[in-house]
Amino acid sequence: MVTLPPYATTGQRIWFYAFRVICGLIFFFLIAPIVVIMPLSFNAENFFTFTPEMLSFDPDGYSLKHYRDFFGTSDWQQALRNSVSIAPVATLLSVSFGTLAAIGLSSEHVPFRRAIMAVLISPMIVPLIISAAGMYFFYSRIGLQGTYFGVVLAHAALGIPFVIITVTATLVGFDRSLTRASASLGADPVRTFFKVQMPLILPGVISGALFAFITSFDEVVVVLFVGSAGQKTLPWQMFIGLREQISPTILAVATMLVIISIALLTTVEILRRRSERLRGMSPG
Amino acid sequence: MSDATAATHQETDAQGRLLAADGTPLKRSLARALRRQKLRALALIAPLLIFILVTFIAPIADMLFRSVENEIVADTLPRTVVALKEWEYASGEAPGEPVYAALARDMTIAAEYKEHTRLGSRLNYETTGISSLFRKSGRGVEDIGEFYQDQFEDLNEAWEEPETWARIFGSDAWLDAQAEEGAEATFSLRDGVAEAFPNTAEIYAAFAEFAQTEDEDNPFEEDPWPLAYAMLYEDLSGGAGVQGYSGPEADLLQEAAAAVGGFESQSYKAAFIDIDDDWADIEVWGTIKAYSPRFTSGYFLNSVDLQLTPEGIERQDEDQRIYGLLFKRTMFMSLVITISCILLAYPVAFLLANLPMRISNLLMILVLLPFWTSLLVRTSAWKVLLQQQGVINDVLVWIGLVDDANRLIMINNQFGTIVAMTHILLPFMILPMYSVMQTIPPSYVRAAKSLGATNWTAFWRVYFPQSVPGIGAGSILVFILAIGYYITPALVGGTTGTFISNRIAYHISSSLNWGLGAALGAILLAAVLILYWAYDKIVGIDNVKLG
Repeated sequence: MVTLPPYATTGQRIWFYAFRVICGLIFFFLIAPIVVIMPLSFNAENFFTFTPEMLSFDPDGYSLKHYRDFFGTSDWQQALRNSVSIAPVATLLSVSFGTLAAIGLSSEHVPFRRAIMAVLISPMIVPLIISAAGMYFFYSRIGLQGTYFGVVLAHAALGIPFVIITVTATLVGFDRSLTRASASLGADPVRTFFKVQMPLILPGVISGALFAFITSFDEVVVVLFVGSAGQKTLPWQMFIGLREQISPTILAVATMLVIISIALLTTVEILRRRSERLRGMSPG
Repeated sequence: MSDATAATHQETDAQGRLLAADGTPLKRSLARALRRQKLRALALIAPLLIFILVTFIAPIADMLFRSVENEIVADTLPRTVVALKEWEYASGEAPGEPVYAALARDMTIAAEYKEHTRLGSRLNYETTGISSLFRKSGRGVEDIGEFYQDQFEDLNEAWEEPETWARIFGSDAWLDAQAEEGAEATFSLRDGVAEAFPNTAEIYAAFAEFAQTEDEDNPFEEDPWPLAYAMLYEDLSGGAGVQGYSGPEADLLQEAAAAVGGFESQSYKAAFIDIDDDWADIEVWGTIKAYSPRFTSGYFLNSVDLQLTPEGIERQDEDQRIYGLLFKRTMFMSLVITISCILLAYPVAFLLANLPMRISNLLMILVLLPFWTSLLVRTSAWKVLLQQQGVINDVLVWIGLVDDANRLIMINNQFGTIVAMTHILLPFMILPMYSVMQTIPPSYVRAAKSLGATNWTAFWRVYFPQSVPGIGAGSILVFILAIGYYITPALVGGTTGTFISNRIAYHISSSLNWGLGAALGAILLAAVLILYWAYDKIVGIDNVKLG
């Protein structure tokens, strides 16, 4: 299927190329919506489609006005500040709790391992609207609803499964004799952790952190319920913009978010390969 | 514990058990080491487990609790609920005087605390009209007391003075304290007054508490609720122990006790029916009675289009049966989305698994980029693309497939939701399929072909069965994610493309029928957990891979 043998019949040839065309179309379906919004965000008009000027590559058809709008509107700037102040703290919480727990879970002698795992992964599986509703009820009872701290806790809970999954995956290939060697050479457990184990699982921890960060940074349902106007994040502002009056500023924001995603994706991929190389799992 | 060190110690004890280096039996020593390891692992997990239990599991439990909790009726109308126990809806008649008398007390207190409107809107979910009935009654309930108030005040002007009441019902200690501290002094009832005038004392104490806690006023200076006069009339005409009472204003009470026989009286029942005819309606009373227990199945019944009525469980009226439809639609659309994801993901995963590593890694980026892109970005992209004045319609018009006047409506309906969600969830299907297909050895297909199978037979009989676990893992994952989706249906679904999640959000943030929202959530959660359990059995949660 990878290459066409010289003896292939006409039918096989047609199928071979048809299959690639089908796959190409599916890739197009995956990527086109994301790519299309980028040029549209430079539209000089308040339209959501390509103007004739844009199609003829007339410089007058393009402008940065939607970007200026984003940087000049206090609503958007406040939302950006909120997002930036919530996501890192939530990430820090998920990563520190999550990494410790993942190390604990990787030990062979954990009782109820499956059940614990199921509980820890559940924030990823339970529909967001249910988590949001439950948190809204419960956080109102304990006075966390509508506070910065409440949103941070909620987002940290949502990010934990990602940290657990990535860190446990890195620990699967972890050679336990290294920690034993370190211990036999006189290092205490804390030193062993920071000098031997941590550097080796660091790529997994960082990928987990990036996942947790993007989860919090993109999250809208929970923050809609747990937050109040003071915690309005970027996705929240986009959600309002999309539901009420859809303004092309959203496309500018979307383009910037795609760029951030590309940066994060690249980092995660580099880390993954590095980690696999460190553990000798992949020839790459 | 090498052989050399072990050899220097005694290796077995008197019973012939193996010994560790320090002389303890080896078995016990091992068990201790194992226990220590277990504890260490648990100590590492514990902080996170507690964190998740508090920030995530407790909220879910709270939601489940709210789906059956129904304390508002019993808390707001405690006396009425007790009095209603005697009454049967099947009797076909409105309840008797004691129930209305209890209602007068409850309604007065609730109206003062402004809780009657909340209860009204709660019961209005079950029987429409109760909300306005309660609002009206909250305003009108004062008339019942004023009817007697006027007669008492005609009898003796002293009844107009708040001090009269305070002196009769307040304890001496409180009367002294309030003279010094004013509203700060906590009210207490006079000894014996509760036995002499039980009804009046109860209401006056409730009034005093309200005045102090809610208004921060001194009951000594505030007019009591008009209902207190009605209560006093009841106590005095019931032959209460005026004779046994010897506190302040005893003469005034003696005079009133002698006069009440000549007072005009009014039944509570008539008074309430005078406020609103609906108080004679047994449907209203049936609803109050049906929802008086502290826990109710009513919300769950509502969420499956049933209704808890006074006669028992009934089907919801034809025009209000929406949840069955919504659940079915959610299931159906999630299924359509899952199937389209399978159809689109299979060829791509197959291609990625069979291309050389370098090219497939490159192509993988096309799959991972959408996966990493913000959900709102992708949803806004589809909103922009699918609009009537959007890019897709423009292209179709330009090609000539669609007439400019009849641009396709692709958004705010089921089609829009399905397209956008298929796009959003596609990576979740491709990734598990890809990781399964990667492990299928190509030699099997080659062997099949060398044995004479056609390309199709080799694929269908050899390759496909081995890729089924990938399809299963991906399908469950996509289905679980799809049935709980909220944002995308809310933005591109319009009215026909919304999911059950949108209804839950509506009940929590707009209609404020939290119980119903929680019950719908509980049902959705149950469905997801069953699928999660199946996923764990088939794939194992440890094997979830990200990117």
